[in-house]
Amino acid sequence: MIRRFSKHKGAMIGVLILAIVVALAVFAPLLYPRGPWAMVQRPFLQPMAMEGFLLGTDTLGRDVAAGLVHGARVSLLVGLVSTLVALLIGVPLGALAGFYGAWVDEGAMRFTEFFQTIPNFALAIVLVAILEPSLTSITLAIAIVSWPPVARLVRAEVMAVKSREYVDAARLSGLSNRRILIEQVLPNTVSPIIVLASLMVATAILLESSLSFLGLGDPNIMSWGYMIGAARTVIRSAWWLSFFPGVAIVLTVLALNLIGEGLNDALNPHLSRKGHA
Amino acid sequence: MSPVLEITDLSIALPAGADRPLAVSDMTLTLNAGEILCVVGESGSGKSMTANALMGLLPGGVTVGGGTALFHGQDVLQLPETARQQLRGSRIAMIFQEPMTALNPLMRIGDQIAEVFAAHNKFTPAERRQKALDLIQEVGLPDPKKIIRAYPFQLSGGQRQRAMIAMALALEPEVLIADEPTTALDVTTQAQILQLILDLRSRRGMAVMFITHDFGVVAEIADQVIVMRQGQVVERGAAAVVLTHPQHDYTKRLLAAIPSGALPDAREIAPVPVLELRNLNKVFRTGGGLFRTAREVRAVDNISLSVARGEVLGLVGESGSGKSTLGRSVVRLVTPDSGQVLVDGVDLAALTEEELRHQRDKVQMVFQDPYASLNPRHRILRALIDGPIAMGKSKSDATTRAHELLEIVGLGAEAASRFPHEFSGGQRQRIGIARALAMEPDLIVADEAVSALDVSIQAQVLDLLRDLRARMGLSILFITHDLRVAAQLCDRIAVMQTGQLVEIGPVQQVFLTPQHPYTKQLLAAVPGADWQQAHDLRSGT
Repeated sequence: MIRRFSKHKGAMIGVLILAIVVALAVFAPLLYPRGPWAMVQRPFLQPMAMEGFLLGTDTLGRDVAAGLVHGARVSLLVGLVSTLVALLIGVPLGALAGFYGAWVDEGAMRFTEFFQTIPNFALAIVLVAILEPSLTSITLAIAIVSWPPVARLVRAEVMAVKSREYVDAARLSGLSNRRILIEQVLPNTVSPIIVLASLMVATAILLESSLSFLGLGDPNIMSWGYMIGAARTVIRSAWWLSFFPGVAIVLTVLALNLIGEGLNDALNPHLSRKGHA
Repeated sequence: MSPVLEITDLSIALPAGADRPLAVSDMTLTLNAGEILCVVGESGSGKSMTANALMGLLPGGVTVGGGTALFHGQDVLQLPETARQQLRGSRIAMIFQEPMTALNPLMRIGDQIAEVFAAHNKFTPAERRQKALDLIQEVGLPDPKKIIRAYPFQLSGGQRQRAMIAMALALEPEVLIADEPTTALDVTTQAQILQLILDLRSRRGMAVMFITHDFGVVAEIADQVIVMRQGQVVERGAAAVVLTHPQHDYTKRLLAAIPSGALPDAREIAPVPVLELRNLNKVFRTGGGLFRTAREVRAVDNISLSVARGEVLGLVGESGSGKSTLGRSVVRLVTPDSGQVLVDGVDLAALTEEELRHQRDKVQMVFQDPYASLNPRHRILRALIDGPIAMGKSKSDATTRAHELLEIVGLGAEAASRFPHEFSGGQRQRIGIARALAMEPDLIVADEAVSALDVSIQAQVLDLLRDLRARMGLSILFITHDLRVAAQLCDRIAVMQTGQLVEIGPVQQVFLTPQHPYTKQLLAAVPGADWQQAHDLRSGT
């Protein structure tokens, strides 16, 4: 599996980009110990105009590079945590629905559809507005709008796996339903869940950026979306203020998508989209 | 007779990392007009690859390594793709194993046949339609006017295969390649399709290359036979000669492995029932709603029978006869609508889920598909001890017993620490048997347990079951569609048709003096029955 993944060129590029972003995020306090909010130079300093300010400064004279590096912490944190929370909601719900069927399935799926009928972004905005913008509320809002696809996927996978003969065999061994679900069925559904999760992290980063762009971000935290949002009024005179955070978002999301695709090909070799010779 | 197709020294290369470098090596064959050539071999012998290479349908990574295939003096392997397209369908046609997946599910049968003409720019639409109608008539489909407007899902398996054959015949090909065309069909349907191919051959003078794994089919239709093993031709010759006087050891082994029609001697069995079914019923309802009545299928229709301790009861029937539902009701993977399933005096059908869990050791099952019946993420040991531990055995006892059982089924105790993917189909089936035995059941239900295996492997697993029956006094409900297999192992045979038990009796009685017309029909449809009898006489069994 790992060998197949490492052969996937796109995925390796994705891993490389993501590794750089993670490293920058981890070492942010060492690279820019004064934090992203410190005013360090005159405002509107062009990129590469001065030694030590590679990406220039913003409207208040804050270092754009420092903002990017510290913003990476927020983006990655929100992406990972919200995806984890979404999995914690979606996987059990989907598993129960798929395994028990009948009214459990009906109930769980109608509940899921209730969330799916409301546009993701609109719901996220409403949730953040109600809960007061903070890192926790943003993460929670993103998780709440992104678990329904997980539940549906897990349900479908569980339904497929539970009709396998080894599940029948486990039932004949006298194992309880709970053990069959946890030990026999769920482990065989992880590959598509992993793939979906990697893509969800990307979507979560985009959502967080969009929320911050609209000013619904945590006001005390520097994030990529906030940087773009704050710079949009000066976009014609100071392009670099929105350009670099934008590039950071694009690269990170692209990296995660490449990794997701690589994982997909590695975990489901039969479905890989390599054409016939 | 003139040769239509001459293959010389054909090699087909597999991608690096495959189990062998060449799928087919130095294959040479000649196909004459009006002749049926059977290519026989077990799975993985390269027989289908040869056909795919001819048609230009090799899967990705597999390439023709060398050799020529002359079709009327023209090497089809060297032709550019466009020229091949012209050849495919019009002069060399192919039919496949699974008629459901080979037909487009969203297209009417008539349109699919007409499309063959359209693809080669022949005739006007009206003529195409007429031709399609004629073809449907020729392949013996009932009510052509209706069939032409039907979708594939509305036809039975045999009808679909006939429709496939009609498509293949549309442009009057000189060569028909048939890749296991009857393997997915019931015996009675198989007999009809084989007859159809024989008729068409003599009517049209086509050459047929027939790929199969079943020597019964070979005996039924072949003029010439080629036996393949691991990509190499090990024997060739006229069918009559190869079947009666095989030269190569492998052919001899294959022929010997075929379940013979010879009946085992009757054994004395004390009539102590271990399983008793009383008036068992199971109805499946599909569809239905406010405005439509649901479609009902009586899968098990008021069946009563019993299996004595130490007896093997064969449950025989075609697909859809309800035999699997009956088997699953006995282990209660399916809960019957009414009736009793008495195992050792306990009515399994009446237990609650919780009570049932503690009685699961009474009946165990051996499944059909060796690849789906073991959890790919668990080691073999886990599959063997989970059940006994759930029944209250200590882990060390269960482990010791698991190692013993792996020895008994011929795998060796060290197999316990390995994962399922490290084993072949036959080995996995042995593991499945060991898993069933680990629960020390009163009865084992074997649902088509050897159907997915090659003949030689099948023979080994049957030997194992026979050996276990003798050593452990096992009681088995052996479900199969293959009468020859049933004859090998069973003491009594029960025949099912559309949910009903039509005949039950000792093997000798059912095989030699069948009472019910359906049983007679089933016995007559077994391919190569005449040859089989001669074969058995010769081999002195």
